[in-house]
Parts: sequence; C-alpha cells; structure tokens
Amino acid sequence: MSQSASTAQVAVAPAGAQLELPKKHYLNDGTTIRSWLLTVDHKRIAIMYLVGTTFGLLLGGIFAMVLRLELLTPGPTIIEALTYNRMFTLHGLVMIFMFMIPAIPGVFGNFFLPIMLGAKDVAFPKWNLTSYYVYLAGAALMLWGLITGGADTGWTFYTPYSTTTTTNIAPVMLGVFVIGFSSILTGLNFIVTIHTLRAPGVTWFKMPLFVWAIYGTSIIQVLATPVIGLTTLLVAAEHTFGFGFFDPARGGDPILFQHLFWFYSHPAVYIMVLPAMGVISEAICAFSRKNIFGYSMIAMSSLGIAFVGFFAWGHHLFTSGQSAFDAGAFAAISMLVGVFTAIKIFNWVGTLYKGAISFTAPFAYICGFLFFLVFGGMTGIALATVSLDVHWQDTYFVVAHFHFIMVGAVIMGFLTALHYWFPKMFGRKYPENWGLLAAGLIVLGFNATFIPQFLLGNAGMPRRYYEYPERFAALNVASTAGASLLAFGFIIIAIYLAIALFNGEVAGRNPWGSRGYEWDTPSPPPTENFDHPVDHTRIPHDYTDTEDVATVSHAT
Amino acid sequence: MQHSAAAQQLTPEGWLPPPPLPHHYDDRVSHANAVRFGMWLFLGTEVLLFAGVFTGYFTFRAYFPEAFDQAARHLSLFLGTLNTFLLLTSSLTVALAHHNAERGKNHNAFWLLVVSVLMGGGFLVIKGIEYHEKFVEHALPGKFFNFAEITAPGGPVFYVVYFFATGLHALHVIVGMSLLTWVAVRAWRKEFSPTYYAPLENAGLYWHLVDLVWIFLYPLLYLV
Amino acid sequence: MNELLRQMLFLPEQASTFALDVDHLHYFVIIVTTFASAAVGLVAIAFFWKYRQRRPNQATPMVNPTAGFEVAVITIPLAIFLLWFFIGFRDFVKLSSPPPDAMDVYVMGKQWMWKFAYPEGPSSVGVLHVPANRPVRLLITSRDVIHSVFIPAFRVKMDAQPGRYTETWFTATVPGRYQLLCTEYCGAQHSKMWGEVVVMAPEAFDEWIKDQQRGMVTRQDVLADEDQVNLQGDLREMGKRVAIDQGCLRCHSVNDAVYGSEQHIGPTWVDLYQRPTKLDNGTEIIADEAYLTESMMDPNAKIVAGYTAVMPSYQGKLSGPETAALVEYIKSLRSDRIRQASVKGPLYEPVR
Repeated sequence: MSQSASTAQVAVAPAGAQLELPKKHYLNDGTTIRSWLLTVDHKRIAIMYLVGTTFGLLLGGIFAMVLRLELLTPGPTIIEALTYNRMFTLHGLVMIFMFMIPAIPGVFGNFFLPIMLGAKDVAFPKWNLTSYYVYLAGAALMLWGLITGGADTGWTFYTPYSTTTTTNIAPVMLGVFVIGFSSILTGLNFIVTIHTLRAPGVTWFKMPLFVWAIYGTSIIQVLATPVIGLTTLLVAAEHTFGFGFFDPARGGDPILFQHLFWFYSHPAVYIMVLPAMGVISEAICAFSRKNIFGYSMIAMSSLGIAFVGFFAWGHHLFTSGQSAFDAGAFAAISMLVGVFTAIKIFNWVGTLYKGAISFTAPFAYICGFLFFLVFGGMTGIALATVSLDVHWQDTYFVVAHFHFIMVGAVIMGFLTALHYWFPKMFGRKYPENWGLLAAGLIVLGFNATFIPQFLLGNAGMPRRYYEYPERFAALNVASTAGASLLAFGFIIIAIYLAIALFNGEVAGRNPWGSRGYEWDTPSPPPTENFDHPVDHTRIPHDYTDTEDVATVSHAT
Repeated sequence: MQHSAAAQQLTPEGWLPPPPLPHHYDDRVSHANAVRFGMWLFLGTEVLLFAGVFTGYFTFRAYFPEAFDQAARHLSLFLGTLNTFLLLTSSLTVALAHHNAERGKNHNAFWLLVVSVLMGGGFLVIKGIEYHEKFVEHALPGKFFNFAEITAPGGPVFYVVYFFATGLHALHVIVGMSLLTWVAVRAWRKEFSPTYYAPLENAGLYWHLVDLVWIFLYPLLYLV
Repeated sequence: MNELLRQMLFLPEQASTFALDVDHLHYFVIIVTTFASAAVGLVAIAFFWKYRQRRPNQATPMVNPTAGFEVAVITIPLAIFLLWFFIGFRDFVKLSSPPPDAMDVYVMGKQWMWKFAYPEGPSSVGVLHVPANRPVRLLITSRDVIHSVFIPAFRVKMDAQPGRYTETWFTATVPGRYQLLCTEYCGAQHSKMWGEVVVMAPEAFDEWIKDQQRGMVTRQDVLADEDQVNLQGDLREMGKRVAIDQGCLRCHSVNDAVYGSEQHIGPTWVDLYQRPTKLDNGTEIIADEAYLTESMMDPNAKIVAGYTAVMPSYQGKLSGPETAALVEYIKSLRSDRIRQASVKGPLYEPVR
C-alpha cells in the first residue's frame, strides 16, 4: 500500500504542512485480537515483546524497591529474612530473563533488523512468533514457581544450597529452561536473516552497526544458552530426585555447577550489553549528524566481544579455591575483552568530532551510557585484577559494577532506543522537555543509587545481606534515596510515552533527519516494511550533504 | 504444510507442486538454504547441550575411575552394540530416504522412513530393557543407589551421569522419531520433489545428530 | 596519603600485610579509572559545545580514524590492563602460597555459624584468636552448603566448600578485634553468620593457647548475640534416627549395658569419639570427626585392627546434614568409664 506522499519521484512536503499518519500501517493492518495473537509480522511481534519485557522491567523494579526499602535500616524493616531472600532471587531472575536478555533484541532487533537489511521479514516468521509464546510460557512458569513457595537461592542458584533448600525450585528451573529456548530461537532467526535476507547492495560492511551488534548477540545466544538449559535441568533433577551431580555427600562436585553456570552466564552479560552498544552506534550518528568514526573497528569488536567473552567465565570463581594458574588465565582473558569495549568508547567519542550535535533526550541517554560504560567497565577490569577481587568478590562492589553495566549501559541503551525510534514505531513524537527531565532524573538517580554501593563494597558489606552491621547504614540510606529518584524517573517516562502513543504530535517520516536505513520507510511502516524501492548502495549515516531528509523520501 | 492435498493435482512427474514461496524470499533456492542453515544452527545448540553432559562425565570419571570402570562392566555390551547398530543403520536409511526425495521418489522415501522409525523404536525398546535391569538391581542414581557390586566410591554418580545422558538422548530419539514420522506422512502424500525436499532433509539432519551423540555416548559408557 | 585515600574510598582499616599491597593496587586502579572517565567526559563535553548543531540539515565531513589511532586505542588500554593484571596476579599468587611456618587453624562453616579449631587443641564457635605478626593459614571447609570466610580488615576471602578443604593465609599486623562475615549466600541466616577475629600480641597469644590447653577455660567463646541457634541438641536426635534408619545399629553398639564389652561386627560407638584407635596396618589414629566421616564414605580406607572389612560405603545414601548429625550423635555417646590416658602425655579434651 503506498502512501499518498511518496511515489517514485522525490517528494518534498511544503514547509509548515500539517503532517499526517500514513493511512495504512502495520498497527492498523488488521485490528482483531486474532490478527495480533497470530501475527507473523516482525513489527507486531516486536510490540508484543515490548509489552512483555516492559512488564518484566516493572516487576523487577518493584522487587528492587522492596529490597532497597528493607535495607534502609540495619535490622528488619518491612519484611522478614525469608521473604527478603526470595525477593532478591525474584529481582534477579525476572530482570535478567524477562527483561535484560530479551528486551533490546526482541523489541528493537525484531522491529528493525529486517528493515535495516532491506528485507520484508525475518527468515522464519512463524518461529519468531513461537519464540514470543515460548517466552511467555517460560516467564509464566518461572513466576508461578517464584510465587508459590518461591525460590530463595539467588538468581545464581549455587549448589548445594539450591539442591537442598526446602523451597520449591523445580518450576523456577524449568521456567528458566523454557525461556532459554525463546532466546535460542530469536538468535537463530536473526543469524539466518542476516546471512540470507540482505537486500542487494547491503554488503556485510555496509550493514548498520546495530545489525552487527545483533549478529554478535545472536551468536552468543545460540551457543551459550543450551548450557544453562542443561544446568537448570540438572539442578531441578537433583533437587527433586536427589541425584547428586553437585552434592559432595553423594560424590558430586559443587564447583562443577559453578563452571557450568558461569559458562553461560558470563557470555549472557554480553547478550545484554552488545545490543545496547548497537543502539548507541546508531543513535550517536543520528544525533551528531555524523558518520561513525571507525565502522570496521566497531563491527569487528562486536564479534570480538562475542568470541573472547566465551573464555572468561572463570573470573567468577576466583575465591572458590581454584588454582592460581586458572585464575591467572581467566583474568588475562577478561582483560582482553575489556580492550574491545575500550575501542568502542574511543570510536564513539571520535564520532562526535566535527559533528553537528543536537542535545535531545536520546542524546542525554547516550551521554549517560558513555560515562557509565567507562566507569562500570573499568570497575569490571578492576574486579578481574585477581588480588583486588579477593576483597570485592560477593560484596556490594560487584553489585555496583554489574548494575553500572546492566542499568547504566543496557537500560540507558534501551531508553535511547525507545526515544530514538519511538517516532518510527508509532508515528508520533514524545514531549521533548519531559524526555530531557526524565533523562536527568534517571542519570542523577542512578548515580545516587549505585555509587554508594561501590563504597559499601569497599567497606566490606557482603551481598544478599538482609541485616547488616551498623556501620553500613549511612551508605545504604543514600542508595535507597537514589533508588527512589530512579524509580520516579521511570514512572515519568512510562506516563509521557503512554500519553504520546495516542496524543503525541505526528512525527512524519523522519523527524530526526537521521540517515540510518530505517528512516527511509514511513512512520509507522507498512506491513511489508517499504512503500517504495529503497536505495541501499549508500552507506548508512552519511551526512556529507545538506539535503533535507526529513521531508524527502530517498527513492531511486 | 499442505492441507489441500485432496484438492491438489499431482504434477505429471508424480508429485505435488511445492507449497507457495514465503513472500519475503526471492527464490526457492535461497529459502531452502536459509532453512538448512537454520537447522545446522539448531543442531549446534544441541551439541552444546550435550557438551555439558559430557563435561560432567569426564569430570566424574576423573574423580572416580574405579567406580566408572566397575559400573561400565555391568552394562550389557551386547545390548549397547545392538543399539549402535540400529541407530547407524537407521541413519543410513534416512540418508537414502533423502536421496530418494531429492529425486521425487516419494514412495521409496516413505518406506525408508518407516524402517528408520521402526529402528528408532527398537532402540528405545532395548534401552527400556536396560533401564528395567538397572531398576531391578538398584543400580540407580543418587540416593536410590543400592548396588552392592560396585564397591568403589562414586557408584551413585556414575548412574547419575548414565541416566541423565542416556535419558536426554532417548528424549531426542523420541523427538527425532516424531519428526521422521511427520515427514513420512508428507512423503506418503507425495509432497517432495526435486525443487522441494527441505523438510525431509532437515528431519534427516536432526536424526543424524541423534545418531552422532550416541556414537560418542556408546564408547564412553560401554567400551570404557 | 594512604590514610586519606583509604578513608575517601571507605576501605576498612589495614590490619594485615596483604591489606597494604591490595590497597596500593586499588589506589592505582581507581585513580587511573577516575582520570580516564573524567578525560573521556571532558573531551565529550568539549565536543558537545564545539560541534553543536548550528543549522538545520547541517552537513558534516566523513571522518575516519587512522590506523595509528586504532593501534593506539588498542595498545594503550591493553598495556594498562595487563600491567594491573601482572601486579594483581603476583599478589594473588602470594596469597595462594602460605609460608611453610604458618600456624594452621581449621575453619568449619555450617549453617549458620563458624567453628574454629587449632590442631593442638582448642576449638571455639564464632571467635578466632590469632597472634599478630605471625603467618596463619586457614584450612576451610563447610558442613553443608557453600559459605565464604571474609575478613574485610585483612582483605582476605576464601569460599568454604563442602566435601573439600580450601586454604588461605594472612599475617595480621595490628592487634584488635575484626569482623568476619559469611559472604556466600547460604540461607535464612546468612546475614547473621558473623564471627570475630581477635588479634593478640604474640606473647599474649601463646599464653592464651596454653590456658586453653590446660582446660582452665571451659566455657565456649560465643558471640555477644545470644540468638545463635544451638543446633547441637537437635543434631544428636537426628543422628540417632539416621543411625536406626540406615541400619548402622546392626553392626555398631551404642549401649554398653546391653551388649557388654563383647566384640560386635563393628567397633562400638560408645566412647568412640577421640578414642585412640589401632588400625590393622599397625598405625594408631585418633577417631576424630574426619575419621568418622571418612569411615562412613570410604570404610575400607582405614580398618580397625581385629575387625573385617564388611562395612558398605554410605556415600550417596547420606546427605551432608545427616552425616554431621551422625557425627554429633557418636560424639554424645560417652560412658562413665574412666578414660585411659594416652602414653604421649595429658590427653587434651577439646572445649565442647
């Protein structure tokens, strides 16, 4: 269905013209519930993922607030110990498996991967829909297990505690197993799409950098997730039947569990961060109106992170009694992974050089992302420095480090994507002033929440502590205050985005004037993604001319 | 999948016309390539799943060499070898079925697939016999272990590895048999032709993986 | 300078030789990190201002890095990271290599308390006494799930694994009392599983050990917090039930009045704990917790003289808590018989 405003000719909207939403687009192409539930359109599946993962983020955030409220005082505050232990398990599992792993690939990967490649859909649309339902099923099973009897093992469910605890962990383990399948299916779909459905002209080294990031992510998803699947099965079997794989009294080995668990869970953090890095690569070009500084390096470093990240898992076992040789090997490899991220940071900052920067809400999130990735990443390197980790392992320093990356980098990336691509996905603009305000609150709140936690770790406060010695009280209060600010920021975002969905100013095809491939289609796009043949011979984010792409459609 | 087989007319060569090409693919070849590539990726994930089990096997073998030795001697070498023979042969028949489907010879493909599924069934029956023996002897994992013949420490652990590995494998055999049955039905309906045989090829790939896993399990468990 | 940085970073006092090394590396890393983040931040801010968008649809030049830039961006961070790695790894190797003259202390974590035992004798719950300026090696294990010994003031940490011993060591430098915390989540009372390390001047420590050995101090050191659950009573009851369920009592007697002193199929459990026992290979051992546990798991490792090797292995049939319960039960089986003194000198009675 072609839009009235674009044909094969270059069409320019007269200045000041009232913009209208396209008449037919993917959102109103079929309005029955059935057309949504049985859709094979990757864009609709992306929206469904948005609903699911946002729900996960909300739940995980509520659990986090309960934890922080409990930690306001050194003794019991609002809940008791067993509830607290279940709460941090819930927080971790829900955040990681219902939000962090699926969100950016499932929402923005699904929506934009085909469009960026010039394809009409992903390689296997029905498996794409299946992956969403598998996600829902796994999430439901996991949540049901957590609510009825609830696991209290922490999301890392170390044995033998997890295999001997009286809480019912089998449904939780099975839920994680099922949700892992969703991750595998998504990754598989994306890899095949990138290999086989690139439009003519989109060569490997012309693909948008977001695609490279998704490619690296998908490789990790496909190769690493089966291992956690197996591990959860083993733990569930041992807990239910007393099998003794990991229980030393039955001849098993608890360290084997740690190796199997972290073999997935370390690459998993790259599943979480790589897509966010891809978003930043796109958005930083758009908002500084500049080509990316060092395309090949950023593309290759995504693959480098994916590959080398598989060999670094032992840095989670430095204090487990492993040999010094093992510790050294894993530490050295962890240093290598840090270099790939350093490359990206320098290249992103280099992109700003000689650019034309507009300070919008997405750009505010990019700034937050850069600072948090540098600081969080370097504290990761610090943790990999073995002797320092002896003091920091299992303390709040580690908690602060991974929250700097998971919230500071990944969630900033998610918010960047949400704001940058909101006009494309829904055809409307969000209110920019509220966007900037919320971004400020989030960056401020984030710092206030997690910097005290670095200091708590230095002071020696262990993780997963329900009660703590008096001397840690002040920093805990500071952290909780920050968390309230952070929560407030999220609530504001949810409100203005929800309102903008229906009442936002119509955005037009390309309100940012971005030269990413995805802006060549109408906003929102039609079901088949394109309303005209798109020229893919140009490289993405080429801003060397002054043509007004906001009102011009790039047609051949 | 074709539901209108009754309404479909066979082409002059004797097979059904291929199903319509999904709209986002340019041609049938690229679609078949994409599907095959996807299947190989999925097989990769299965390899990693079993890799974890093998890691456990080697770890515990290093801790309890005598127990593993004793336990292995109590497995039936005859039944294990018979199972290996069944799976290897069924892989052969599946490959032949693929060969036939590529040429549109649906009838041959169908009967070859039936033989493959029966052999898979035979494998499961023999596995069942072996499991039954274990239950009777109390050669069981973890806290159920009570097999006096294994005197070295680590007996329960061997059986954890044994039951987990062979059980997970048997599950995959069942899945493989279901896939082969489904493809056999489609062969009966004469759906495969030189331009369309991807489902059979991919089901065959899955079956070959199931066979491959057994090729590694068998010597490690039985031939120790 | 050290003190200033230490306080700014909220680090605890430096009470061991290791702490100083760790903190120096820490300062190096954190200062470089802060400078790097600040530098990146300042450059970025400078760029925001200098390269702000001035016109709509403003064009920008295609700028790409030189090969030299990329090489620099790879090698400089890598060099810094590897420098940290070498310093950190060197210190870690030192931490993993206890000196040969280190004094050993056995640490056992169990839900939710720490037990410390010295090879020559005293044992206590919750409080560890160590001498200053002498290396101390901790041999750590767990009775049930994974715990972790963490002494922030010493910058020392090591997991307590069930089924194996892990080790770490330190040399405390400043006399005083320091907190020990469990830092691997282990269940409901994980956040109260604390201990205390009392560092004493070397002479004071020697006096203290002698006092303990004379048996003059008979009370257990306990933490001020009286909420510590006393699990021992419950464990003995559980042990008794396990002994019945698992059929131990078919071969081992628990009541001299019934069986008298005639030899049964297996050695009697009455007065077994800490009994000097002769093995069939001529050596003599003391029947301590380790021996009792080993006999359950691998009974043929040590056969008592005069008995045949018919005991089956219980590995796989007993869980960790059950094994601990059996040991506690056996420990509780004491008769009124006068104990024979060992030929080696006064037999020390561990503080119970």
